[in-house]
Amino acid sequence: MSSTEVLDGNALPTVETARKLGVLPEEFDRIKEILGRDPNFTELSIFSVMWSEHCSYKNSIVWLKTLPRDSERMLAKAGEENAGLVDIGDGLACSFKIESHNHPSALEPYQGAATGVGGINRDIFTMGARPIAQLNSLRFGNPNLPKTKWLVKGVVKGIGDYGNAFGIPTVGGELFFDESYNTNPLVNAFSAGIVEAGKVAKATSYGVGNPVFIVGSATGKDGIHGATFASEDITDKSNEKLPAVQVGDPFMEKLLLEATLEVIATGHVIGIQDMGAAGIICSTSEMSAKGEHGMIIDLDKVPTRQQNMHGWEILLSESQERMLVVVDKGQEDVIKGIFDKWDLHCVQIGEVIAAGANDTGRLYFYQHGQLIADVPAHDLVLGGGAPQYHREYREPAYYQEFKKFSIDSVQDVAGNEVSAVAKHLLSHPNICSRRWVAEQYDSMVGTATRTTNEPSDAAVVRIRDAARPDYEKSLAMTVDCNSRYVNADPFIGAQIAVSEAARNLTCAGAEPLAVTNNLNFGNPYVPEVYWQFVQAVKGMGKACEKFGTPVTGGNVSFYNQSSDDGPVFPTPTIGMIGLVEKPELQTPLAFQAEGDLIYLVGTPKNDIASSEYLYSYRGVKQSPAPAFDLDEEYSLQQAVRQLITSGVIASVHDLSDGGLFVALAESAMFRKLGFDITTDEGFRKDAYLFGEAQSRVLVSVKANKQQQFEQLLGGLNTAFRQLGTVTSEGFVVDGQTLIGTAAAKDLYDNSLANILEGTPEVVR
Amino acid sequence: MKFGVVVFPGSNCDDDAVYALQHNLGQEVVKLWHKDHDLQGCDLIVLPGGFSYGDYLRSGAISRFSPIMNEVIQHAKRGGYVLGICNGFQILCEAELTPGVLLRNNGQKFICRNVHLKAETNNSLLTSGLDLDRAFKIPIAHAEGRYFTDADSLKRLNDNDQVLFRYCDENGTITDAANPNGSLDNIAGICNEGRNVFGMMPHPERAADCALGNTDGKLILEQVLNVLV
Repeated sequence: MSSTEVLDGNALPTVETARKLGVLPEEFDRIKEILGRDPNFTELSIFSVMWSEHCSYKNSIVWLKTLPRDSERMLAKAGEENAGLVDIGDGLACSFKIESHNHPSALEPYQGAATGVGGINRDIFTMGARPIAQLNSLRFGNPNLPKTKWLVKGVVKGIGDYGNAFGIPTVGGELFFDESYNTNPLVNAFSAGIVEAGKVAKATSYGVGNPVFIVGSATGKDGIHGATFASEDITDKSNEKLPAVQVGDPFMEKLLLEATLEVIATGHVIGIQDMGAAGIICSTSEMSAKGEHGMIIDLDKVPTRQQNMHGWEILLSESQERMLVVVDKGQEDVIKGIFDKWDLHCVQIGEVIAAGANDTGRLYFYQHGQLIADVPAHDLVLGGGAPQYHREYREPAYYQEFKKFSIDSVQDVAGNEVSAVAKHLLSHPNICSRRWVAEQYDSMVGTATRTTNEPSDAAVVRIRDAARPDYEKSLAMTVDCNSRYVNADPFIGAQIAVSEAARNLTCAGAEPLAVTNNLNFGNPYVPEVYWQFVQAVKGMGKACEKFGTPVTGGNVSFYNQSSDDGPVFPTPTIGMIGLVEKPELQTPLAFQAEGDLIYLVGTPKNDIASSEYLYSYRGVKQSPAPAFDLDEEYSLQQAVRQLITSGVIASVHDLSDGGLFVALAESAMFRKLGFDITTDEGFRKDAYLFGEAQSRVLVSVKANKQQQFEQLLGGLNTAFRQLGTVTSEGFVVDGQTLIGTAAAKDLYDNSLANILEGTPEVVR
Repeated sequence: MKFGVVVFPGSNCDDDAVYALQHNLGQEVVKLWHKDHDLQGCDLIVLPGGFSYGDYLRSGAISRFSPIMNEVIQHAKRGGYVLGICNGFQILCEAELTPGVLLRNNGQKFICRNVHLKAETNNSLLTSGLDLDRAFKIPIAHAEGRYFTDADSLKRLNDNDQVLFRYCDENGTITDAANPNGSLDNIAGICNEGRNVFGMMPHPERAADCALGNTDGKLILEQVLNVLV
């Protein structure tokens, strides 16, 4: 097929057209080289989306490859499939991933967030895994701004409406506010599913003559060039990109889930991939490149929502709830029968063809009987011909400035101020209860959530298997990243993010298994931003190596910056899963009974750096990351695991935002209990109570286990100190009642609703 | 007793209901597909929670016209037992098998959390052996759960002892503060005049397994087994 047969009806695009589509001049030259001719507009559009940051990871991949990607539990490594795949034993595997929908959510929070949930779940069930639980990690600007309130309400409702109807529980997540996110919020959605290890569906295509089906929703003009849009800064012109935001239909997603799992179970599926970013062109090219075959596709056969769509619009449309499926020839009726049962479109749009003599498979797209695009699949995709760049990076000036902070420049708390800080933290939007958000999500559908009635530091979801009702294993999961720490020191901050995730899983009674990451950064062409990225990836790699938790995949989201506010805090969100082998290992975070003994395990430090106390109560915005040592952290987590498996502790809660005091308060409030503790005079009181030095946990112990507990910890060479006891009422520190339990609970439970809605949540 | 759990395409609590009945109550359960016309000889039909046909119009508005619902309606009219939970209750109201409607929560938001319920009467199969002084901790998860009906209908409900559950606080006191969605008179569940069709917004099947740390829902569900005693 010669290039002269490729028709589009338009004049051939110029380098200027290319620039408008986000293609660099050198990339335009490369495209001409690959094709051996000038691309037409359709082909240029194809390259522009496939080589966008969103699809190609061109500015991040060289660094992502440095992350640890393997362990003996890995069944699919990063980038091999739509999501990572981890062996959890007994013939089962967990597929899990996190993905951002930041830019769409900035413009249209409801649909932006909803379709983020839809997209991540399709990544899971396209592998044949049934999703069992979801998390999300959300970051917004100043919560007192009307725009922030609008964004929070829209995003939360979008996640809720989509996830609730889809019917997979949303069991936890993160919510953080900082002015750096005023214009550009971050919406990261996580999903995890379970699949029988031998029955995993692949994102591939081969077998000459095998039919190619498009299934699910019809294709419309929504989300065209969405992937390109995700690869730009947000500007005051961004609202003009509203058509780049997709619209979600959770009912359709539910049907697609059931039909997809049923089709995969037939064993006749060669390959299947959901259509997310860059739509049909992404699925056809990635599957073909992987299977080293070509495809002929007739775009006239694609069910569309409107007439007269251009070929490039059909190819690039990011209409939601669609899949591309390649099946064994001869099994068409079986496949169609299943989709018919679920009342879904299932239309053959083409077939698999052999690779040519000089390539590993080409894609031929026809419309109205004419060939409108002819492109080699391999050259479009990551790991194939997509560009990879080493970007320049430079240490920003602020980094050394932040390190100059001295704790001596801040006065210690004394007298009534202790109580004032306590109340400040309990009601702070970054610390108070996330109830206002969490209750808008169905967290219990599936009757598997074990942390509803007894919370732990991570969400724990049992693997409910109808065939094995006595099955004991549960999956623990968490998303974590304190982006203030990462901003202060990306190398340390990213290590802390990994460590905190592992610590949360460990405290919940799980063995940490693997990581999915969502790297949210500013513009990669800004050397100081790229330095944050590089340092964070290095830190993440170091910590993942230490914990034996490989990075199985995830998502990079650059260009999270606006013309007004500059880049967001560098936010490498860590999603981590762990395995709770037996129900009795799951450990509560809450104090269980009055009279139990309270211990601090880990080494306290005279450190208040980057704490919520320093940042928002003292107003000191420039300080380094909190005290952290990776080896110390690792030892602490090993000690916690021993404490749990020995059955000597009643509860364990890690110290994170808000330090020891907030950990105490959270442990006490669940059962409306109190505590009476003393601080250690060897430390500043603010550092001891409110500092966020890492690698510490709060533990409660029944009096009759005290000796066993102390003996065990003594043998582990881990620092510990008895702080006091669990009481029936009041938060007492050094003889001073900081606040009553009911008053604390009221502040903690209702502050977020008060900030976002102006009044306490209206019940009647 | 044979149970049938109806599966609409957007049902998402169907498996939970099956699991609770099968594994927690040890009963025989079959799934009934919405396009089918046969109740397979089931004694009690469960309409589970979820979003039956997407519920973009009005919750349950389309499902009442589905093939299986024709059979369920006939079953109910013959005196057969039907239990609608959450979306199932919405469908029962749309199908006029139970009186009243379920409006959008007065807070205008979806709410998922544990609430407390008090059984109002022992004069129905579903509540036959329940302790009327006890507050049962049961989860809710809905955006449209505010029970409403007109004054005449409400009077009939009360006169006929058709209110099965009301929202209460953890001590069993029925208060405005304990009403999560603005339901009329804290109504959380009712039965029809024939006392064979039960509708409730809270999810007892979500509190039926000791692995989840709450079995108050099992206490409610297992009442239906009293039919054989």
